Amino acid sequence: MSTPTDLAVGTELAALKIDPISRTTLALFTGASGDTNPVHLDHEIAQAAGMPDVFAQGMLSMAYLGRLLTDLFPPDRLRSYGVRFAAITPVKGEPTCTATVTSIDESGGERRATLALSVALADGTVTLTGDAVVAL
Amino acid sequence: MAVSPDAVGMVLPPISMDIERGRLAAFARVTRATDPAYSDLDAAKNAGHRDIPVPPTFLFAIELEQADPFWWARNIGVEVNYVLHGEQRFTYHRVAYAGERLTANAVITDVFSKRGGALEFIIKKTAISDEAGARGRGSGHDVVVRNPGVGS
Repeated sequence: MSTPTDLAVGTELAALKIDPISRTTLALFTGASGDTNPVHLDHEIAQAAGMPDVFAQGMLSMAYLGRLLTDLFPPDRLRSYGVRFAAITPVKGEPTCTATVTSIDESGGERRATLALSVALADGTVTLTGDAVVAL
Repeated sequence: MAVSPDAVGMVLPPISMDIERGRLAAFARVTRATDPAYSDLDAAKNAGHRDIPVPPTFLFAIELEQADPFWWARNIGVEVNYVLHGEQRFTYHRVAYAGERLTANAVITDVFSKRGGALEFIIKKTAISDEAGARGRGSGHDVVVRNPGVGS
């Protein structure tokens, strides 16, 4: 982990590019996350629910974006982390996670940075937007 | 379908989970974590942790630690295959570690619809506490998860 020391408003943190999400990843994330919803695993159930194919768990993208945060900051610096799920990530999707500093201020007796977060697919579809607050 | 507004205020039974190192390591592998502190005890200790730290979003797993995690949704009129996860927010009071037994206490705080009922929103808030019941003491683990499901 290399915690950035010179954050300023507008600083873009290192993007995290994820390889195409395989069906195996969806299965393994089911076990690791405890989300056993079959629409992420079973093609027939996904189609019965009106989807062309299985799709990635939203929490998988949130976990990747969380990894971007924990790659840069010790976990005890994280104050809050929230996302809004904007679009489905299809199987084979290639998400890229990004974070930009939007403000730095004093709060709770410490210096905190607020980050704007986003996950987008290779075709530009934004699948997730969010924010996080970290203590510096 | 319509989600019953009576669901507001519904308190779900507490769900506890023993946080296991192996499960955290599996989570780290599938999310391709590069920091070994999230999967290896020695690496975690070398980084100053007392055990493997729980990654920021793993806390979502606690409420899923039951045979039928979405029974409560069916009970209030939701067809689970049509549920989308709308938003998710975590507020952190301290880092949780492998070896802890954490308990989630959830309550449905709001139910509303948009687009003439085409989309229905369920807002659920969850407090996560440790075995000392640290929630509310201010010194312990108190995570609030804002978790609106979207039914349509």
